[in-house]
Amino acid sequence: MDSEQQAVPLIMRVQQRFPQWVIASHQYRGQETVLIHREGFLEMAQFLRDDPGMAFDFLMDTSCVDYLKFGKIQSSSPTLTTPSPLPYYMKPKPLTQTWTRLVSNDEYRFDVVYHFYSSIHNHRLRVKVPLRAAESNIPSVSGLWATANWFEREIWDMFGIRFTGHPNLKRILMYEGFEGHPLRKDYPVRKRQPLIGPVN
Amino acid sequence: MSSFGADLSSLNWMATRLDAALGWARKFSIFQYPFVTACCGMEYMATATSHYDMDRFGAGFPRFSPRQADVLFVVGTVSHKIAPVLKRVYDQMTEPKWVVAFGVCTCTGGFYDNYATVRGIDTIIPVDIYIPGCPPRPENVLDGLIKLQEKIAQGARVTVPQGSSARPADFETPHTPETHL
Ligand code: SF4
Repeated sequence: MDSEQQAVPLIMRVQQRFPQWVIASHQYRGQETVLIHREGFLEMAQFLRDDPGMAFDFLMDTSCVDYLKFGKIQSSSPTLTTPSPLPYYMKPKPLTQTWTRLVSNDEYRFDVVYHFYSSIHNHRLRVKVPLRAAESNIPSVSGLWATANWFEREIWDMFGIRFTGHPNLKRILMYEGFEGHPLRKDYPVRKRQPLIGPVN
Repeated sequence: MSSFGADLSSLNWMATRLDAALGWARKFSIFQYPFVTACCGMEYMATATSHYDMDRFGAGFPRFSPRQADVLFVVGTVSHKIAPVLKRVYDQMTEPKWVVAFGVCTCTGGFYDNYATVRGIDTIIPVDIYIPGCPPRPENVLDGLIKLQEKIAQGARVTVPQGSSARPADFETPHTPETHL
């Protein structure tokens, strides 16, 4: 890999390679993030791992976010829009950076987030895949990175995202017979499970 | 026949005295099964070792087989996953048996009001003594142990088998997480 290729940001290279799949991309203090459609994700993951300029040999983390109630809850605790009252001797911090999601929360309920690292080039890339609530499934990458196997099981357990092609998509933290996916924002706070009861 | 009746009454008297003697003997020979799952275990160890010395009260001999134990100490948070194991351990213990809920996690679930934690072990098995505290101090534990001994000496057993109705009323705190949303 030559130095001029090094200079091109990763998100630009991904954008050039998959213009039809990339929704958006941004960069913040050297952290590069790319949003991509689910349909092109597997192809892009293959590219990220096998392309010598990318060579992402390590899937650091996989997680999920549920945006169902994001920014819609009236809370007594401080939120992004309603800060807690500050004592008289403190000045409020100026909000220099505001964060936007780049896709609609109403249309895309979930984000599945991947963090990749290349131990060869020492660079990192964050990939977000927005998913609709009605079709909350995504191709599994456990065939590309073995570590994805348990990450994806955890996301299935907690958020109910289906990973198509996963060899063993079972619950990993909760037990068989658990009802619902507890980290979804519409999981009732006071729900009781049939194993323990009383069911409410 | 009347003489036989007199014999029976004296037999009755004998039986109650025997019960009292048995209770007295039992309360000073508690073989405990420590079911330790979380941070309360540290406080349990502090109570059991020489500084506070549970052995003064005859409870110095933990048995790690439920068949040899007569008091089940449930120490620490009980999650849904471990709950069937706890129930099984309780079922394996031979009569007479008593259960101590050690720490608020076992009393009511404590602050773990979530999808994974059992809201009090009395929803699964009967409980004789509740020792609240997060974790309870050793003095508190010994206090609970003495209360358990009184209960054993009286031969008192849990009457309500299980369910939250067995729980002391002051454990039923109104809880409304929705108001914070
Ligand atoms: S009562 Fe407190 S110290 Fe005891 S197990 Fe629960 S959280 Fe830990």
